Amino acid sequence: MAAPEEAIREAVDEDGTLDSTPPAIVCARGLRKRYGGLEVVRGVDLDVRPGECFGLLGPNGAGKTTVLRMLLGLTPPTGGTLTVLDEPIPVRAREARERIGVVPQADNLDPDFTVRENLAIYARYFARQPADPDRRIDDLLRFSSLDGRADAPIQALSGGMKRRLSLARALINGPELVVLDEPSTGLDPQARQYIWQRLLALLGQGCTLILTTHYMEEAERLCDRLAIIDNGRIIACDTPSNLVARHIEPHVFELRGGDAERWHRQGVGLAARSEYVGDTLLLYAVEPDALGDALYRESGLRYWQRPANLEDVFLRLTGRDLRD
Amino acid sequence: MNARYANPARHGVLPIVSRRFIPVWRRNLLVWRKLMVPSILGNFGEPLLYLIVLGYGFGRLVGDIGDLPYMVFLASGIICSSAMFTASFEALYSAYTRMTVQQTWGAMLDAPLLVDDIVLGEVSWAATKALMGATAMLVVASLLGLVADWKAVLALPVMLLAGFCFAACAMVITAVSRSYDFFLYYFTLVMTPMLLLSGVFFPLEELPELVAAAAHLLPLVHVVAVVRPLMIGESLPALWPAHLLLVTVYATAAFTLATALLRRRLAG
Repeated sequence: MAAPEEAIREAVDEDGTLDSTPPAIVCARGLRKRYGGLEVVRGVDLDVRPGECFGLLGPNGAGKTTVLRMLLGLTPPTGGTLTVLDEPIPVRAREARERIGVVPQADNLDPDFTVRENLAIYARYFARQPADPDRRIDDLLRFSSLDGRADAPIQALSGGMKRRLSLARALINGPELVVLDEPSTGLDPQARQYIWQRLLALLGQGCTLILTTHYMEEAERLCDRLAIIDNGRIIACDTPSNLVARHIEPHVFELRGGDAERWHRQGVGLAARSEYVGDTLLLYAVEPDALGDALYRESGLRYWQRPANLEDVFLRLTGRDLRD
Repeated sequence: MNARYANPARHGVLPIVSRRFIPVWRRNLLVWRKLMVPSILGNFGEPLLYLIVLGYGFGRLVGDIGDLPYMVFLASGIICSSAMFTASFEALYSAYTRMTVQQTWGAMLDAPLLVDDIVLGEVSWAATKALMGATAMLVVASLLGLVADWKAVLALPVMLLAGFCFAACAMVITAVSRSYDFFLYYFTLVMTPMLLLSGVFFPLEELPELVAAAAHLLPLVHVVAVVRPLMIGESLPALWPAHLLLVTVYATAAFTLATALLRRRLAG
């Protein structure tokens, strides 16, 4: 299993655009969704390849969750074509969901049951039952480090444990594709790191992942490729490193307040690009030396130098206005 | 039964009926088993209390209805109305909680279940609960000597049908409800008039002719019309198939409407 996946990842790393050799797990063309007079998804093309982790990034209301709902056949598209695991959606969505795991944005574990019962009951919602359900549940409890909590009621679980149980529940049917809507939102750093580890383990097993997130760090760490979606359209789709390389200068210097005012003219002259965000001056540079040396020589100036990251790309592409 | 290729998009307004509703029904059964004691108290203890207190209290005032002691008359009515309340409560409050607060349905829809499976599972569960309550009441009523003979068990399948009918009607309300408060309209405008005008507490003939005729639009009237003779040992009315047919029509229409409305709400 491992060898072909490595090959796929390498192919993706070299070139973020798709070549058509591995059949896509998800294939969307011109996907649209209109609610009344409002078109929230406006022509989305997507190809998700087997074994990759594909990220959907976008501000609130960009259409991420609607795209996921359409992939799962939970709401019919108003236009375009969609195939998931070779099943046409929404016509054969039930058959597709038989082979998909879902981790929803808000935990919807069954509060009337214990941890183990939650998994056992959920398994029954599938047509295909595991050969040995008890063993499958034991395995999943171990996988999500909940084996000591099998008989705990849901109310006794922490937020991180609930998320882990949601992930375990999504794996009950041995899915080929796992769809995660903001898997680590609201978790503490330990819980988040744990979820990331588990997702990487799943990728290692050959599972394909699609996730939405607001966390650029999460996207950068986990995703082989990602699509930035805004106003119902994909505005960029590539590997995280290519996105940064393509859309933003690699070095960023930040100055604040009086320092920014004092050094504005000089900085803008040396930078490839600059912008003000509130009272912070952001200076972008292809080569860091000129700016770095000049700043270093300036005494008493406080500044912060860092490599450009996905968040810079995201903000550049989707703008800095608040989305509510 | 072949839901493998049933396509919600092409199936039109008719509900897709498949065996996949069973896990939904089973989930509710398993929860019920955990909360059995308060549930039984509510669905069986309360109507029993009504029966005994009203039967005893009013019975002394009213005396007999025809040749029947009032308590006997009342028992066959209350078993029907309690089935109505049990099924309605389940399909209103409990189903609404699972749809909204708990998001239990959301989790089911992420699995390979359809809105149609959920509606059928919930309505049949509510009907099952009504049947369980009716069975318990029938046992107690027979212990109290309020049941004529063994033919009274034939009332149980009618209770199951009635439970399905009232649950399906309640599910229509759940489908359009935006909060629990909305259910009060249904109670005040539909259930209470139905309870009072369906021959549960007194014979329909006591009502003004026009009101009695209009009351025949209410499904509970037809349930009582079949269940009462079975319990008191009289022969069934000649029109009993028509009574049951009408309840079935209500059940089917409400089930279809509830499914269509919930599809629009949950999978629009």
